[in-house]
Amino acid sequence: MHVNRNPLPSKVEAFSLGMAGLACFVAIWVAASISGLVPRQFLPTPWEVALRTYNLLWEPFAGATLPVHLARSFERFASGFTLAAAVGVPLGLLMGWFRWLDDMITPVFDGLRFISPIAWVPFAALWFGTGLGGPILIIFSGAFPPCLINAYRGARFVDRTYIEAAQMLGTGNRRTILHVLLPASFPAIVAGLRIGAGLGWQSLVGAELIVASAGVGYMMVQGQSNISTRTVMAGMIAIGVVGLVIDVALRQLEAFVRRRRGLR
Amino acid sequence: MSAIQFEDASRLFERDGKTFPALENVNFTVADKEFVALVGPSGCGKTTCLRMAAGFEVPTAGRVLVGGMQVPGPGPDRAVVFQQFALFPWKSVEDNIAFGLRNKNMAAEERRRRVSGVIKLMGLESYETAFPHQLSGGMQQRVAIARAYVLDPQVLLMDEPFGALDAQTRIVMQEELVRIARVNPRTVLFITHAVEEAVYLADRVAVMTRRPGRIKEILDVRAIRAAENWDRHERVEDVMDLESFVHLRTHIWRLLRDEKMALDG
Repeated sequence: MHVNRNPLPSKVEAFSLGMAGLACFVAIWVAASISGLVPRQFLPTPWEVALRTYNLLWEPFAGATLPVHLARSFERFASGFTLAAAVGVPLGLLMGWFRWLDDMITPVFDGLRFISPIAWVPFAALWFGTGLGGPILIIFSGAFPPCLINAYRGARFVDRTYIEAAQMLGTGNRRTILHVLLPASFPAIVAGLRIGAGLGWQSLVGAELIVASAGVGYMMVQGQSNISTRTVMAGMIAIGVVGLVIDVALRQLEAFVRRRRGLR
Repeated sequence: MSAIQFEDASRLFERDGKTFPALENVNFTVADKEFVALVGPSGCGKTTCLRMAAGFEVPTAGRVLVGGMQVPGPGPDRAVVFQQFALFPWKSVEDNIAFGLRNKNMAAEERRRRVSGVIKLMGLESYETAFPHQLSGGMQQRVAIARAYVLDPQVLLMDEPFGALDAQTRIVMQEELVRIARVNPRTVLFITHAVEEAVYLADRVAVMTRRPGRIKEILDVRAIRAAENWDRHERVEDVMDLESFVHLRTHIWRLLRDEKMALDG
């Protein structure tokens, strides 16, 4: 039986519970930090981190201010992610339509996709040195699998009647892929892009272990070697916030697509 | 010439590793420009017959021919109207209708002319830019019929096209279909489980047995329709009220009930 949860106070309730969770988290953090359980230098208090974050907006560290580091990071992320989407989505759609391509690529792909993006760091460094290629490779390896898998699953499990309708209208492969598979799998593709963007952005710090100029990951590595844990945490916060912004933006796109289809 | 011929067409299907016969030696012909309705108990394989003519499925034995040729696969010479419409929800009414013509490298002007012609025929004016989800079920099925008609197909395959519509809309659509069929007769295979609909629309009604489906009886409605002058009535309900109509309908009902009883007993 379907049980209705009381709908009226749920929004306020959810918000208050979220705030309460956040408060608990901060309280534990503060307690751990000021009780001396962890050396203060290794676990700064929230307000020290907040102040450091604010200062980094203006004061350069490791050669640049936080916004400049972020901009460089975003550039690398955007390059890697765009490449992952540009290869993953079309390849996934083609694999969903042509059985032979599916049979050919799936074993290779399944073998590679469980390798963590960080595992590519040594090769990224060896192949690309400190150039743009290294971080792009690492972010690509994080973002690519969900882009491909979702496009593939979207295309593979398109409602049969759409394909039959296209067939009886005399539609060839090219138009079937572009005008039936692609739009039919669009919700799945956008969901894949969201997951891919999240994983790609998460791989950023690993990607920037090997860069020598600027970037949030680079800033954090420099912070660690200077035992400036506040800088490291400021970097973590910046990554969290930007990641959230990327996700919200893609979620808006997803909602827009669904609305246009009359799905909600 | 574009008759549909079923010659000893049989079809097996598999479930849980076992094989069941769905159709057994189906034999009948839909003549060129003839409208044949196929009725039968649910699960008897009427839709499988249509899907074989469409080229979505192949018979496991026997042959299905359209225009004298064995059906090679789905194609625009045999347009299908599906029960669930199967419109592309990401395309407007106009683009849904034009989709098949765009596959044919037709000049844009000719394409537009034909699309607007069929939009008028189906009474879809002012809905051109709407999306399917913004339309009622009846309007969506009009678009689906328009999408099939615009291809000017030799053969029209309709799989319970009005099954998902409410009773009132269904009647309007039946009248529309009769009107269109008079303007431009085609070879039509029409699947339905509504006996009245079959008798009202078809030249001949083929009644199937329960599974494994075979043709039990074929009734010619044309002679009775002409003799009793059904066409003098504009409305479905007036035709359905005529004694000759009721008589024919009841006869088919009895045939179907026999099948149902055999199934239950």
